Amino acid sequence: MGVVYAAEDQMLERRVALKVLDVPTLNGDLALRLKREARVLARLEHPGIVPVHDVGTLADGRVFYAMKFVEGQRLDKHIESVPSLPDRLRLFLRICDAVAFAHACGVLHRDLKPANVMVGAFGEVLVMDWGLAKILRDSAPSEAPADPDAAIVQTPNALLSGSEAAQATAITGHGTVLGTPGYMSPEQARGDIAQLDQRSDIFSLGALLCFLAAGSTPQDASRLAWRKDKALDAICAKATANNPSERYSTVSALASDVSSYLDGLPVTAHRETILETVTRFYRRYTVPILLIAAYLVMRILLLLFSHR
Amino acid sequence: MNKILLGLLLGAVLGAIDGASAWFTPAVRAQLAGIIIGSTIKGVIAGMAIGFFARKVHSLLLGIVFGLAVGFVLAFIVAQMQHGYYLEIILPGSIVGMIVGYATQRYGAPAAVQATTR
Repeated sequence: MGVVYAAEDQMLERRVALKVLDVPTLNGDLALRLKREARVLARLEHPGIVPVHDVGTLADGRVFYAMKFVEGQRLDKHIESVPSLPDRLRLFLRICDAVAFAHACGVLHRDLKPANVMVGAFGEVLVMDWGLAKILRDSAPSEAPADPDAAIVQTPNALLSGSEAAQATAITGHGTVLGTPGYMSPEQARGDIAQLDQRSDIFSLGALLCFLAAGSTPQDASRLAWRKDKALDAICAKATANNPSERYSTVSALASDVSSYLDGLPVTAHRETILETVTRFYRRYTVPILLIAAYLVMRILLLLFSHR
Repeated sequence: MNKILLGLLLGAVLGAIDGASAWFTPAVRAQLAGIIIGSTIKGVIAGMAIGFFARKVHSLLLGIVFGLAVGFVLAFIVAQMQHGYYLEIILPGSIVGMIVGYATQRYGAPAAVQATTR
């Protein structure tokens, strides 16, 4: 829908990112959508969501909005330099924080994928591209439609190919452009817009989790070597369940399970066997178990030698 | 519970248990009470030192190494006073120090940050 430029704010002497509507507007719907996207961003004041600075119209009539210029890498590039699974999962938890906040504000992202997450030079994680966001509860009156879907349905795909994100989107059967294959939920892929709720974003987060853990989406089963780890596999499977009612009900619940996994605690998505419990307990308390075992072994050896 | 108190209590308990294990050595069974008291006092001193270290230095590895060092030194002093049983006193004393070092690094509340006023 738009092109993002790096620009200079001459008044404040800082770099900003400028998203400009770069396609001809047939009826002004796209301009309204861009303004609406800016408004969505403006209501989401969170460290994990890129802040919007200004919105307006250029001299040639094109609508734009200015946002924070994020210097960093897209998540899919960044994780190439993060081999540690716990570090990747900690990144994921920060993405969850931002998405949970958006949900609390009544906003669905609907296009969560590695390309839409930026990791800054200082490790800050920012969820980008809220162009497909859906407002579930619109408290403020707006000149733009609360939900852009009507506009999207009537928009020819060619008009939406201006940005990389738009190029990556897919068209569903009745012409609704929503989300990215591999990361969008089944109901989103069907264009079942009325059924979309936060569990649709949870599906995308689950796919993102699989990507962070294994470098692939859950659909790409051939590369899932990490599936030996049943707890993480179960979390991913629950988040990406085809039936929304089988998924986590909130992002916080998903984040809580991932956090428990990181801490070596049981996760709600997986009922573990006694052997798995013992293994997890050992992994969590390896050092004290080894120390106590060393003490006991040493005591037994001393006893044996002293009785000789 | 702060780290020093945790180190003190854990050192005392483990020291007492360690001292009580002397019951399995018939030659010193008669002096069991004195051994338990001495071992408990050694554990308390070691635990306090290790807890104090844990409050200042936040490193699991360094905490365990410091616990090993304190446990070793105190146990060595005790063994010197006993004129024997070096292995039986120094080995368990050192391992108990490591356990307390681990516990004080992993658990126990860090020192409270005091607000500064001008």
